Amino acid sequence: MIIYGTALLAICHLLGIFLGDLLGQALGVKTNVGGVGIAMLLLIFARLYMARKDILPKLTELGVEYWGAMYIPVVVAMAAQQDMVAALRGGPVAVLSAFAAAGTCALVIAAINRTERATEATAPEPVLHDNPLLADAE
Amino acid sequence: MIEILQKAAAQNGLVTAFAIVGLIVLLSGQISRRLTFGRVHGSAIAIVIGLGLAYWGGTQTGGHKGLADMSLFGGIGLMGGAMLRDFAIVATAFEVQATEARKAGMIGVVSLLLGTLLPFIVGAGIAYSFGYSDAVSMTTIGAGAVTYIVGPVTGAAIGATPDVMALSIATGLVKAIIVMVGTPIAARFLALKTPRSAMVFGGLAGTVSGVSAGLAATDRKLVPYGALVATFHTGLGCLLGPSVLFLATKALVG
Repeated sequence: MIIYGTALLAICHLLGIFLGDLLGQALGVKTNVGGVGIAMLLLIFARLYMARKDILPKLTELGVEYWGAMYIPVVVAMAAQQDMVAALRGGPVAVLSAFAAAGTCALVIAAINRTERATEATAPEPVLHDNPLLADAE
Repeated sequence: MIEILQKAAAQNGLVTAFAIVGLIVLLSGQISRRLTFGRVHGSAIAIVIGLGLAYWGGTQTGGHKGLADMSLFGGIGLMGGAMLRDFAIVATAFEVQATEARKAGMIGVVSLLLGTLLPFIVGAGIAYSFGYSDAVSMTTIGAGAVTYIVGPVTGAAIGATPDVMALSIATGLVKAIIVMVGTPIAARFLALKTPRSAMVFGGLAGTVSGVSAGLAATDRKLVPYGALVATFHTGLGCLLGPSVLFLATKALVG
């Protein structure tokens, strides 16, 4: 049943957010700490466990994969509700610090990622996913 | 006629949003294929169209939620809101290869820390050079350069003035937009190819919205790896901003 997959996703999501809130409270921050990341880890482990026990039929997988494939449309909707007017009104301080921050990080990302290419260039291309719903998007 | 159609669309907000976003994606796919011959990723164009519509909606309504403030497009707010966004991000974890993710565990943590520290120093420094020389304003604007959620959370915790808060949020928003639009352009320079590189990117570039949209427009397969790290970004920033970073700034400028 396709709903099993979506329900599994929902449970991991809720549990992750809950644990993230608990972690935030324990650390004394007024926010969720890595809730979505925890939810993702839960889903990864749930998938590994269920695949090993052989209780993960294709239809259940599709219940999760549909939402994974809906990801780009959701991001487009997210872009359409950014506060662009406020962002552009922020003036030179906002624009300058944002550009400088992004630029600095870009340099560091490039530096770190270049070290990888040297050491792992011979590694075989990993199989990244088997979501049939995505085949079209690529 | 038009009124009945408008009512139907407004009352079925989420369904309307699916239809509108579908049209945007279709349109950007055509633009990508016909005008740029596939050189610019369709998702990148779709995100830019979304941002453009957000600007248009913002000027039309004077609200803060772009297109979603217009009653006809209210469903966009639900579809692109935190709930469905996080739901879809979590779902992408289904494609993560656990071995790949584990390989980059340590470098992910390092880039997370750097991704909080570097933007903060740069942001606070620029705030200082523009005359925001007190520790509270510097910290708040610096925190805004981390993400647009860290900025106001930090500012509220240390008692920043409303105009500095607004500036801090604006800084974070501009950064998110730069990451969204700039990532596909800079992908080659950033060496964004492998899961590990996506995790480094997720830690350093920050902002879930920027990282997820930027990676989506670059290579959809890398999204879960970047998002996995980036989701810890805001939490870490909110943890360090009002505490360690504020105290350090205060010790420096008094």
